[in-house]
Amino acid sequence: MHDLRFVIPPQDINREDFASSKPDFNRRSEIMRTDWGYKCMVTNIVRLTEHERLFQLHIIDPLERALFRFRPGQFLMLELPGYGDVPISISGSSNNHEFLELCIRKVGHVTSALFTIGEGARVAIRGPFGSAFPMDEMAGHNILLVAGGLGIAPLRAPLSWINEHRDRFLDVDLLYGAKEPSQLLFTWQFEEWKMINHIKLHTIVEHGDTGWKGQRGMITDLFNDISIDIAKTYAIVCGPPVMFKIVCSWLEQLGIPMNRMFVSLERRMHCGMGKCCRCMVGSTFTCIDGPVFDYWTVMNLKEAI
Amino acid sequence: MIYKVISKKEFTGFIDALVRSNSSFGPRQVDNDLRGNAVYQFQPVHSVDEIAFDYSATASSAKHFFLPFQEELSRFLFHDGDWEQQITYEANPVVLIGLRACDISALNILDDVLLNGHFPSPSYLARRKNSFVIGMDHLPLADCFCKSMNHHTVTTGFNLFCSDIGDHYYLSINSSKAFSFLREFETRDPNYDDNCMLVERRKRIQNGFQTEIDVTALPTILDIEFDSPVWEKWGDKCLNCGTCAMVCPSCYCYSLTESFATSLNGASREKKLYSCNLVDFAVVAGGHNFRPKKGDRLKYRYYHQHRGFAENANQQICVGCNRCGRACLAGINPKDVINDLRMEKESCMTCASSSPRKI
Repeated sequence: MHDLRFVIPPQDINREDFASSKPDFNRRSEIMRTDWGYKCMVTNIVRLTEHERLFQLHIIDPLERALFRFRPGQFLMLELPGYGDVPISISGSSNNHEFLELCIRKVGHVTSALFTIGEGARVAIRGPFGSAFPMDEMAGHNILLVAGGLGIAPLRAPLSWINEHRDRFLDVDLLYGAKEPSQLLFTWQFEEWKMINHIKLHTIVEHGDTGWKGQRGMITDLFNDISIDIAKTYAIVCGPPVMFKIVCSWLEQLGIPMNRMFVSLERRMHCGMGKCCRCMVGSTFTCIDGPVFDYWTVMNLKEAI
Repeated sequence: MIYKVISKKEFTGFIDALVRSNSSFGPRQVDNDLRGNAVYQFQPVHSVDEIAFDYSATASSAKHFFLPFQEELSRFLFHDGDWEQQITYEANPVVLIGLRACDISALNILDDVLLNGHFPSPSYLARRKNSFVIGMDHLPLADCFCKSMNHHTVTTGFNLFCSDIGDHYYLSINSSKAFSFLREFETRDPNYDDNCMLVERRKRIQNGFQTEIDVTALPTILDIEFDSPVWEKWGDKCLNCGTCAMVCPSCYCYSLTESFATSLNGASREKKLYSCNLVDFAVVAGGHNFRPKKGDRLKYRYYHQHRGFAENANQQICVGCNRCGRACLAGINPKDVINDLRMEKESCMTCASSSPRKI
């Protein structure tokens, strides 16, 4: 009679040779990254405004710390065990290998929980994910950074990069608008950026109180103050969706080529790896093709901004 | 691929042996619908008699053996103010019997999406590697449009595929596992008549499709018709229940939720399948909804299914099984929506060609 025993042996996914067999698995480090988080200690929390805080994280494991490298514009998934994970853009310097800086606004379930933790708490990060600003391509040009509100957070990474390699860039303008003077972030760095790094900083607020000596109005009012050499300018824009439209169309009218304007988009994300589809815009993913897009791509995506 | 022919009696013995010693799933009648038609699902089977080989189509697809509705991705254990992350990629080996060609095609598409690229999904891979898939061809139902999507035949992604040729099955053997087990049973090499029968069977299937959708240049049409009133028309009917995504063999969007264990000494991160038609699919923290209208959400489903993220994957994800059309409570089915879009397109074309300037 036939031998009727036929049992498919269970296979161990964690075994090296199995993982490297077909379907192709040549990026083992990235397999680990899909679900494993790097454990971080919160080393410092800076209160920026009532709703925004700057969290400084230190990856505990030295090997993981050496592995974690990011480029300006990328984001990571910050996980608070038990509460969930959120995509947060990295707003610190990419050359700071010891500490990661994340500017977080208290707005949802996880971020509210994050505001209750103190220094020394352990959180997990996955990443870095997404595309980055092409800083090498921008070298040798003028840079125009336009930030609205919390949009300064993702722009602080390329700004740090520019400051660290200031001799590679020509004129750097930073236009920064906020609702109220109290909502301006990173104010303690304004003098440093202006005096040491020679960045032309223009700030504007919508509703200035009596103590405010700067300009009042919308960010578009700042456009008159600056002169742009369209032949050699790269623009980086980040802010609320309304701002993208106004600023980018203005820059386009000036004649800056679409491939020299970069925006950083935000969407709901659950995985950061192009699997959950929550962040799809038109037909691309914000998490793997973005969050940094050039304006040409954004123009061709439906409903992007 | 090796081809063999097996008699139906011997085949029954083969399946019975397989089913008795493995955790197996096959089509079984679970209920009758309102019209009295049988409702089939892939259910656990313990002997060959329980399998309905002549089933029409299952209500749910076979994707849930690979992408469960809910699965734990990782677990956190709390102790002394610290935590520890635990991840296990475990999959119990399963035998899946009687998958249709379109179901297997859908698995191939999922392979493409979930295993290629930068971040392959380990849990999906574990399940995919630990499965033994037996496909069976069938004569198309009245509302299938697999042929239009070119998924009415399948050449890869299964261990064994059986084509019904009269009193025999024509076997396409695609794995050594299947081959070595079939050696225990009486098979023979196909002769000329068997080959003729197979071709005839394939022809009958090919010509049996009553529903066809013209998908020529559909990605472009979807782009052009982005602001079409068709979306609003069908969107108004949509109930936003997400049933279409749940029964779809190739929908894979998901949501992550994290929760504490009741003992408070741990937490787990769970993945749940989601649907782009659900209201909060694109809601960001702070309450802004990037897709607030029903029509927008329905449109995105069609975008994903039929345009297939052309920039990324460059293939349509829909396989044409029409499970979503059958399951939809509001009576929305892909054939009507796409034809509606096409009609609009064609009316534009006739307008353009009949305009006086063109002559």
